[in-house]
Amino acid sequence: MTLAPQKEPESLSFKNNMAEEVVLLDYWPSPFGTRARIALAEKGISFIHKFEDLSNKSHLLMKMNPVQQRVPVLVHKGKPVCESDIIIQYIDEVWNHSFPLLPSEPYQRAKARFLVDFINKKVHESSVKVWMGAKEEQENGKKELLEWSKFLEGELGDKLYFGGDVFGFVDIALVPFYNWFIVFKTFANFNIIETECPKLVMWGDRCLNRDSVSKSLPTTDQVYQAYLEFKRGWAHG
Amino acid sequence: MAEVKVYGIFAGPFNRRVELALKLKGVEYEYIEEDRSNKSAELVKYNPIYKQVPVLVHNGKPICESLIILEYIDETWQAIAPLLPKDPYQRAMAHFLARLIDEKFVMAKYKVCYGKGEEKEKGRGETCEVLKYLDNELQDKIFFGGDNIGFVDIVASYVALWFGAIQEAIGVELLTKQKFPKLSKWIDEFLSCRIIMENLPPRETLVPLYKAQFEAATQKASS
Repeated sequence: MTLAPQKEPESLSFKNNMAEEVVLLDYWPSPFGTRARIALAEKGISFIHKFEDLSNKSHLLMKMNPVQQRVPVLVHKGKPVCESDIIIQYIDEVWNHSFPLLPSEPYQRAKARFLVDFINKKVHESSVKVWMGAKEEQENGKKELLEWSKFLEGELGDKLYFGGDVFGFVDIALVPFYNWFIVFKTFANFNIIETECPKLVMWGDRCLNRDSVSKSLPTTDQVYQAYLEFKRGWAHG
Repeated sequence: MAEVKVYGIFAGPFNRRVELALKLKGVEYEYIEEDRSNKSAELVKYNPIYKQVPVLVHNGKPICESLIILEYIDETWQAIAPLLPKDPYQRAMAHFLARLIDEKFVMAKYKVCYGKGEEKEKGRGETCEVLKYLDNELQDKIFFGGDNIGFVDIVASYVALWFGAIQEAIGVELLTKQKFPKLSKWIDEFLSCRIIMENLPPRETLVPLYKAQFEAATQKASS
């Protein structure tokens, strides 16, 4: 199964003319793949976009990420970088001419890394309960997501973005999951964020209006279709 | 008030990493021993999400999660004993290896210890897969960091010491010299470094702890 992006990959090409050096192995509905796309778009890096059929993984993916066998993988000058948050930091360090994605001060960097790690663990884990869980587990997942959203809203405060005035690392890490929250409204009755976390919702709208995000995010329908395919796949074992 | 504090537990692999990094950098710190069954108010205040060690507190500001703490230490005290490589690709590789140990290897070890049947076998396979990957990554280097102990060596202390103690405690031997020659050589080299010997708990103290843990879990499962 391969879900093609709604927008053509050519629209993601910018100033960089070394497209043959940067390849992204990806799966369009993946929130982790989305992160890598957004980071590349923010930096104006053109790249070759290869989409994986997760039920029939390519030889290239197996060669580039033999031990985890998962996307995204950024291949730069033939060498693989795996794990979405490691990819974002790599992109930030290599293409450091503009728009830093991480703060420069060590404590702020540690805080940003902590929040991204929190999203990777807690937000992702609870989201999977909402996707896959039976009624009770789904309800637990929703309760947890509300708790995590309140925590994140506290961290955001009155800032435009998690890093301050500038869109960056934590925003990139969270926005694909915020996209999932929108899908959860439709099938899991997850409506509570608007009333309980208004700042987070404003942040979400701000991010979704950003060019790099709107070009990179799967539509909520694509996300939902992918989820249905996964469930069908699991039903067949 | 000490400028640098570390909250940890005696046998804790994750807080020992933090202490190793500080020792390598020559940074003085105050160590606070936590009781897992009775966590201090400070620990909960500094780490409200996970309520666990390690926590590094620097000038009153807490940093949590051992890999994040290690990178903070490296970025804050840059002049001595750099832990991470300067090259972005080498850095990304170091992070990936650390993640592999802390996620895939730890989970696989858990399956080996507590899994039944197919899950146990899967755990054995995954454990060896990570060990092989680490073995290959070493190539001809003395340490993962090259000539000196670095970030990955510190993280892999879990494999060198704690996993060794776990193997002895539960009576398995997956990490053999025959199957993983480079990794085994690295373990001998690493554990015989003075700074490592002085700052990691002796293996003899870890084995009975893991034996007791394993027996308690096995008894609970069968009752």
